[in-house]
Amino acid sequence: MLSIKNLTVAIGEKKILSDFNLEIKDGEIHAIMGPNGTGKSTLASTLAGKEEYEVLSGEVIFNGKNLLEMGADERAREGVFLAFQYPVEIPGVSTTNFMKAAVNAKRKHHGLDPMDAKDFLKLMKEKLALVEMNKEFTSRSINEGFSGGEKKRNEIFQMAMLEPALCLLDETDSGLDIDALRIVANGVNQLKSKNRSFLIITHYQRLLNYIVPDFVHVMYGGRIVKSGGKELALKLEEQGYDWIKEEVGELI
Amino acid sequence: MAENDKIIDEVVGNDYKYGFTTNIEQEFAAVGLSEDTVRFISAKKNEPEWMLEWRLKAYKAWLKMEQPKWQNVHFPNIDFQSIIYYAAQKKKKVINSLDDVDPEIRSTYDKLGIPIQEQKLLAGVAVDYVMDSESVITTFRESLKEKGIIFCSISEAIREHPELVKQYLGSVVPQRDNYYAALNSAVFSDGSFVFIPKGVRCPMELSTYFRINAENTGQFERTLIIAEEGSYVSYLEGCTAPMRDENQLHAAVVELITMDNAEIKYSTVQNWYPGDKEGKGGIYNFVTKRGMCKGKNSKISWTQVETGSAITWKYPSCILKGDNSIGEFYSVAVTNNYQQADTGTKMIHIGKNTRSRIVSKGISAGKSQNSYRGQVQVHKTADNAYNFSQCDSLLIGDKCGAHTFPYLEIKNMTGKVEHEATTSKIGEDLLFYCNQRGLTNEEAVSMIINGYCKEVFKQLPMEFMVEAQKLLSISLEGSVG
Repeated sequence: MLSIKNLTVAIGEKKILSDFNLEIKDGEIHAIMGPNGTGKSTLASTLAGKEEYEVLSGEVIFNGKNLLEMGADERAREGVFLAFQYPVEIPGVSTTNFMKAAVNAKRKHHGLDPMDAKDFLKLMKEKLALVEMNKEFTSRSINEGFSGGEKKRNEIFQMAMLEPALCLLDETDSGLDIDALRIVANGVNQLKSKNRSFLIITHYQRLLNYIVPDFVHVMYGGRIVKSGGKELALKLEEQGYDWIKEEVGELI
Repeated sequence: MAENDKIIDEVVGNDYKYGFTTNIEQEFAAVGLSEDTVRFISAKKNEPEWMLEWRLKAYKAWLKMEQPKWQNVHFPNIDFQSIIYYAAQKKKKVINSLDDVDPEIRSTYDKLGIPIQEQKLLAGVAVDYVMDSESVITTFRESLKEKGIIFCSISEAIREHPELVKQYLGSVVPQRDNYYAALNSAVFSDGSFVFIPKGVRCPMELSTYFRINAENTGQFERTLIIAEEGSYVSYLEGCTAPMRDENQLHAAVVELITMDNAEIKYSTVQNWYPGDKEGKGGIYNFVTKRGMCKGKNSKISWTQVETGSAITWKYPSCILKGDNSIGEFYSVAVTNNYQQADTGTKMIHIGKNTRSRIVSKGISAGKSQNSYRGQVQVHKTADNAYNFSQCDSLLIGDKCGAHTFPYLEIKNMTGKVEHEATTSKIGEDLLFYCNQRGLTNEEAVSMIINGYCKEVFKQLPMEFMVEAQKLLSISLEGSVG
């Protein structure tokens, strides 16, 4: 699905990712944890194609294609989805209209006709149920006046609508109360499939109580310094990151 | 930031599609303005003596007036002696049917996407076509006549319906109202005249299409619409011009009058040539538009979509004289490259329980400047007057400007005035979000703009709404990449 090799990324003069490597196979769920400022969100934004992140070296192959050669919009149409940490508000554009444009842009890219209105509404209804949102949500302007929890649910709803191959979740759990966290996690769990992979960026182990990862990676200083199973997340929760820093201290 | 610049250049960088000229033989007035020019125009139009007097009075007033300087736009002094004030088709013949229209002129309107043809007529819009200083043809007039509706060029109205013209011309915008209104009153050449008799609901949209063609020529059209008691009319105005390096002046006057329980809905899609990407050329659009709700329970509603012109300077206004009368102003003003717009409205509450609503949506891109200027006056007599104003600005990129100048004059304490304003920006984060959902920058901008302007667009008749949406995406194409 995704193969990242020796990826080095900078913003301006500052190197954020250095020699980053990661392999994600079809259907796998990977969690990335780590202290603030270690490059977790940079990784997500770089994969999604945000322009201000400059790739200095390395390669990213996504389903056999060179991801770094595509613009952000093309990556999205190819099946990369980023659930934003801070989703933006779009005044005057309803979630329905936004999704209609997005779904049809993707269909066009894959040589399909636009979805007809009836099928589209049916699809929306089905996907809304995944995140326990009601229909009235979709007629409001995107994220305008939404609570933190509603914005994150809307991200997962959009993810469900676009049926991506690779889902990047950038601190989707931050700012969520326990109920919203459960709803978001349930939504994600229902989207699990053997053809879809997840890269979940989080600070806290609690999200991983709901979404059980196949692998947990710890990032520090712009690269993965430790990988393990879900038990690694529990250890981090108990002991913090200091032991990791000590362990890898010499390496950095 | 460099990325943002590139984006803006790409979306804003689209070319004007209506910049061709029509080769017809034309005759002109001598360059410059004098009493003789005014007499020449009046004579060309076979006007009665009273009309000439009226024009001369305006001309004399104009001579004593000075160009206003208070608006937030900048341009070099206009040399009024270098403008041609009259240009018309030379081969004069009586036009009885569409077949009589000069094929060159017909093809002009075809190219503009508004064919003067049967299928268009069947679509149910009656159109008056004005090129430079004269009306080319007015369609559908016979079927309108059956209902007592008069829809013709103003020149014809002066000759055929002098009693109506005498009574109403200048009654809302007097000859000396302002510098450009005085100039227009002296030299106006053509425009549309509409009269809807008592109790008649005009069965179709009435429309005038203005086209500047000749070089170095000013266009000074005059429109007068009268809605008698209990009548209703929806009127549309569209405009384009060829691309020229020099600036051309368009100084129109529009007067609307509604009697008791009457309603006029006036919509404009203005697409004069805006000048090139470096700000060279383009139309100076200095227009006075004003409506008078003379009768009680009457209503005047202005809707404008302003995308063209190098400089737009106009304030379609309502004088709410009749008790319970309603004034509305819905505006989308787009500026790009070096365009400047200073536009808004005046709502003058005189009658009791008068209500007004202002919805202004400014969009600035490139290096343009976009100002909303609005005045709400509540006079002593206007018990329980109510105004609501919503003024929103949308910025694309960071080299443009948006300004809001609201003026409130409240002299009656029972009045209620509400003002809301927002400023938003299509920045990189917003575009990235849309890109991440698979949309290109152009798709994203077009979607955002249409959402932003929805409230104004839905006021337009369906056919115009589609046109306006297209026009907006064209004028902003290339403003983000």
